[in-house]
Amino acid sequence: MSPDFTPIPSLIGGILIGLSAALMMLSHGRIAGISGIVGGLLGPRPGEVGWRLAFFVGLIAGGLVLGFAMPSGFEVAVTRSPLAIVAAGVIVGFGTRLGSGCTSGHGVCGISRFSVRSISATVTFMLTGGIVAAVVTHVFGGSI
Amino acid sequence: MAHLASLFAGALFAVGLVVGGMTQPLKVIGFLDVSGGSWDPSLAFVMGGALVVYGVAFRLITKRATPVFGRRFQIPTRKDMPPRLFIGAALFGIGWGLAGFCPGPAVVAAGSGMKEALLFLPGMIGGMALFNAYETWRSHQQEPVLAPGANGDSESKNGNGAAA
Repeated sequence: MSPDFTPIPSLIGGILIGLSAALMMLSHGRIAGISGIVGGLLGPRPGEVGWRLAFFVGLIAGGLVLGFAMPSGFEVAVTRSPLAIVAAGVIVGFGTRLGSGCTSGHGVCGISRFSVRSISATVTFMLTGGIVAAVVTHVFGGSI
Repeated sequence: MAHLASLFAGALFAVGLVVGGMTQPLKVIGFLDVSGGSWDPSLAFVMGGALVVYGVAFRLITKRATPVFGRRFQIPTRKDMPPRLFIGAALFGIGWGLAGFCPGPAVVAAGSGMKEALLFLPGMIGGMALFNAYETWRSHQQEPVLAPGANGDSESKNGNGAAA
């Protein structure tokens, strides 16, 4: 097992994410799925912009403040070429929209509702994510 | 007031991701890669904590007639399992394992000014725009097939913003 194992901070982080998702359901009746929220800002429809934009700004502002308050939270420590990172971004953007969700929408909100679609999607992206992470780490020696 | 709740939820989500370790690509990759003997299971605790809290809260909240600022709860009702669900999820996993970012952490890390996230996020938004273009192209392809007798109403319900 890795010496970087951090069960307590990770559990606290998870609880905060759960509370945030609960607040979105309580206040707006919406699923806190990040890919859906961001994707809905492209080609926006009436009444769908404000709450999405506010949530997005909250994410960015949170990152901005924590970048100063907790810089250790943003360690990269992997070697990836700019091309690999941009390509990964494009694949994630297209894939999450095609599959109707990501780690938050399917992985947290969907599994909590015992949605078979979300459980299937989560198993799928964990599996391909695991394979690619293992191949890059062990076959390509950790840099691509 | 409604936008303020949404803004606060976004900031709270960001804190949860950073405290949980989701904005550290090496940590994410160390979780996804279960081979090699140095597996870091921390991020299972992020998911576990979020699942328990939201699982309970969701059931309590949806006992209400309506959300505080909305007319109705918009909960996904789809049960179908088309290939695109699996292809999309598989693609997402490939990108996640490659760079160590999923959408939420990418946005938060970009806010912090992390160089890698500032490359990843425009790529991600570009990928989403590409998907919209693909959907538009696909709906044009299907029009002649739908034309006689069918009004295409089942199409308009799919592919809208809500995740999951």
